[in-house]
Amino acid sequence: MKVLAVLFAACAISLGLAQEESLSPKQRAMYAILDEVPVSARARTNPYQGSAREAAAGGKLYEQHCVECHGAKAAGTRYGPSLLRKEVRQTPPGSLFWILTNGVVRRGMPVWSKLPEPQRWQIVTFLQQINEGRQMQPTPPGQD
Amino acid sequence: MGLRKSGYSQRLACISTFCIVGFVLSACASLTAQESPYIVTYDHYLEEPGNLEVEYFSTFGTQRGGNDFHAFWLEFEYGTTAWWTTELYLDGQTTFSDSTIFTGFRVENRLRLLNREHFVNPVLYVEYEQTSGADKILKEVEGHDVESDFAEPNGVLRQEHDHELELKLLLSSTFKGWNVALNPIFTKNLSPSEPWEFAYALGASRPLALKASPDRCNFCRENFIAGVEMYGGLGDTQVLGLADTSHYLAPVVAWNLPSDWTVRLSTGFGLNDNSHRLLLRWGLSHEFSGFGELVRNLFGGRP
Repeated sequence: MKVLAVLFAACAISLGLAQEESLSPKQRAMYAILDEVPVSARARTNPYQGSAREAAAGGKLYEQHCVECHGAKAAGTRYGPSLLRKEVRQTPPGSLFWILTNGVVRRGMPVWSKLPEPQRWQIVTFLQQINEGRQMQPTPPGQD
Repeated sequence: MGLRKSGYSQRLACISTFCIVGFVLSACASLTAQESPYIVTYDHYLEEPGNLEVEYFSTFGTQRGGNDFHAFWLEFEYGTTAWWTTELYLDGQTTFSDSTIFTGFRVENRLRLLNREHFVNPVLYVEYEQTSGADKILKEVEGHDVESDFAEPNGVLRQEHDHELELKLLLSSTFKGWNVALNPIFTKNLSPSEPWEFAYALGASRPLALKASPDRCNFCRENFIAGVEMYGGLGDTQVLGLADTSHYLAPVVAWNLPSDWTVRLSTGFGLNDNSHRLLLRWGLSHEFSGFGELVRNLFGGRP
């Protein structure tokens, strides 16, 4: 029975990883922008790291400003990529903050510097929180 | 009879158009906007792609040597892309003890020039307007515009027709929650004999709180953005400078409601003898997300 459970878990993990790796060239280019973030911006630390209150506020802001393109579960839509993929999960908070601030204007993401800096960090905290929750488990098929 | 029938058809067409627009808008999702409080000045933030913002603005103005007025305009602002916003204005006004008239339309485009955020962010603004001399929305105060230009009755003012091209360079910077914006304005009446006119608008604003609270609330401080704007004419190519120009200083406030509405208020005070004493403005706007997609689907686009 234990062997079956281990085999099932292994299958689920490999399915999840396969799901994560299946990216179209357009999606790959979108995530590649994360690598273009300047080193100094990448090194910035999240002042609200781990704060449940700020993550909750970030969740509210996410619902107000980001849901439309990235989806209610942050799993992406036709207009914006999933924010639950490993590319985002493994990105330092400073990079997420930089992308939020500068947008990806030529690919359709507007700049969000109109939100004050603390609010942008609150959104980053929320994204980190939802991804930390997922780090324990593979991506369920069909989520991305 | 023919005329009556034509009038009836026009009314029917109008009602149908409103019904269709109403249906399309009701099918769109709403979202909470984070709108700036400025009414005259522009910052560098464009409409989110695919979203339509419908805005109504009113300006009550005092008038020496004539009747006070209430000018109003409707704005349809659409985010074509993340770097291009296009907008249509429909203007009208009521001059008290005179009449209510439609005064023209404007079409504007705002183009973001740089891909990333910089300390100062430039956006190019290009507008074509076809208005009558009775237009009193005072969205810009240009060249040698002065209060006495608006004192004539509507019947006289509407005889004048303006076809203008307006260019602005929207320079805006956001730092530590503050936004500072400066708009140099260059206007050319397309009649060859008319000179280029110059103007300016500048504004500064800041949300009352920089951090968001976790609760959904109407009166949270982060929902309010307060500021001040100043605008006026700078003469034209024939007489450049501050002579015979008017200028205004206006405290402004915006209230971004979680129910997807934004309310703006502005009290403009004339700064010299050529200016209206008071320009009291207010506006109401609502943002509809997914408008572009809905229209695309209606016309057979890929869902």
